[in-house]
Amino acid sequence: MKTTFLDFEQPIADLESKIEELRFVQDDSAVDISEEISRLEAKRQGLTKDIYAKLTPWQIAQVARHPQRPYTFDYVEHMFTDFEELHGDRAFADDKAIVGGLARFNGQSCMVIGHQKGRDTKEKIIRNFGMPRPEGYRKALRMMKLAEKFGIPVFTFVDTPGAYPGIDAEERGQSEAIGHNLYAMAELRVPIITTIIGEGGSGGALAIAVADQVHMLQFSTYSVISPEGCASILWKSADKAPEAAEIMGITASRLKSLGLIDKVVNEPVGGAHRDHRAMAVSLKRALQDTLRTLTELSPQELTERRFERLISYGKFKELAA
Amino acid sequence: MSWLTKLLPPKIKRDQPVRKSIPEGLWIKCDSCEAVLYRSDLEASEHVCPKCGHHKRIRARARLDLLLDPEGRFEIGAEVVPVDPLKFRDSKKYVDRLVAAAEDTGEADAMVVMQGAIKTVPAVVAVFEFDFQGGSMGSVVGERFVRGVNAAVEQGLPFICFTATGGARMQEGLFSLMQMAKTTAAITKLSAKKLPFITVLTDPTMGGVSASFAFMGDVVMAEPNALIGFAGPRVIEQTVREKLPEGFQRSEFLLEKGAIDMVVDRRELRDRLSQVITLLSRQPAVTNA
Repeated sequence: MKTTFLDFEQPIADLESKIEELRFVQDDSAVDISEEISRLEAKRQGLTKDIYAKLTPWQIAQVARHPQRPYTFDYVEHMFTDFEELHGDRAFADDKAIVGGLARFNGQSCMVIGHQKGRDTKEKIIRNFGMPRPEGYRKALRMMKLAEKFGIPVFTFVDTPGAYPGIDAEERGQSEAIGHNLYAMAELRVPIITTIIGEGGSGGALAIAVADQVHMLQFSTYSVISPEGCASILWKSADKAPEAAEIMGITASRLKSLGLIDKVVNEPVGGAHRDHRAMAVSLKRALQDTLRTLTELSPQELTERRFERLISYGKFKELAA
Repeated sequence: MSWLTKLLPPKIKRDQPVRKSIPEGLWIKCDSCEAVLYRSDLEASEHVCPKCGHHKRIRARARLDLLLDPEGRFEIGAEVVPVDPLKFRDSKKYVDRLVAAAEDTGEADAMVVMQGAIKTVPAVVAVFEFDFQGGSMGSVVGERFVRGVNAAVEQGLPFICFTATGGARMQEGLFSLMQMAKTTAAITKLSAKKLPFITVLTDPTMGGVSASFAFMGDVVMAEPNALIGFAGPRVIEQTVREKLPEGFQRSEFLLEKGAIDMVVDRRELRDRLSQVITLLSRQPAVTNA
């Protein structure tokens, strides 16, 4: 698959096309230019590393939304075995913007739940661009309750621009569906381990992200409102999104330093979309460690610990009485 | 006002608190039917238009005054005041916006919590102050809410929340989003002790507050014609590119869709709340003295 380059990757794209040209020439050339090719490849690697070391929050948001970024099903494929997808909320429909099911993680039963975006136009529409409706959240809740009943840990993967803002979604109780998940996840008596893999868009993300441990991939984002949304409120123009991304604090490193997430999982050079497998390998390592620690806790300890975590969120000052 | 003076950094403290003198007009026009009303009549009818029934937005403390019995009430969580965790700044600094909002409203943040009694039935009541940053939920709102819940749990009291909010507070970024998880987690403790949790959704109740504890009430009430929803009407219109149906996201619409239990006129709230609480907690009816 050809890599889609983002604006700020233009120098990498230029090098890449040069390498491609040389490769083409080499095929029917008597002169050996493989040395030149590997020199350029090393240069490209170095350049990619340099560019990705200095991404702005807005550029990171672009990487998080990259059309080739691994989605939930890619992680299912690379990190889990024996996946049995489960469908439907038993009341209205099967929302394809949230997927999930039973699987094995290193042989151990688990529940996997995640937002799912589409790769091509047709699938994007089927997946509603990863924006769930109430039935999606209710499906997720049903799967979590099922996991709780059988004592199975839950892995969630967050990648959504947000909950779908549509007439039908409102009519069927988008707010209630999200709120209900927050409530139920606060009490769920099995481990919940969340990874923000792409876009963590507001309440639509949080509705499957109330967890014992929250990981974020290095170039993922997590925010209360999209940079575009924030910009159009504060500056009355979505063009100011880069500024908004800067001030809101949406990147993994910033959120880690603010104590709002637990762990940043590094991505392969040039982002997860350049190597799905390598990304999955390092994420799996992080998830294994987390699961091991959480499995040692009794359901009681687990829920008490989670409650203390949730209740401690927030920064304020206390005046002397 | 002592907490307010403490809140203001010394350099902007004024020698004399500036009182914006708004002339107390005798007449007031209804926002909805434009009927010209005696201010005293409007106040007597709890800021509900006697002509058309329009429920005017009211301030948090006015709400508590209308709702709670005058004796024995006290505030909870006023000691919790805001900070600026992100050093947030757009055209104005967030800290400056906080100071301005405090001066305008006399509140330190967008929620007031009080313990008191509704027609002699004791309860803890949390009320959003919409005039403070659009009633948005940041760290202080979350923490005051939790302290209110804790007080209710410790004393075995019901907890009531009146919402009036645009949603999560953007200027506190992800801290605000986490208040959704925090407040909703807190109310699981009320459930565990079988203490009633009642929400009263007032105009408007949107976004992060709507999508957290607002619909988790054991009983969910709404004032008439309040705008209630997850996404704002403008966002929805831009997304679906069609005109929204008449009455969309209004209380009566939500009642019709099965999202809330009842639409209650403000003037009946004291009766209905005390009634529902006593029914849930298996207490005898409150006699009208």
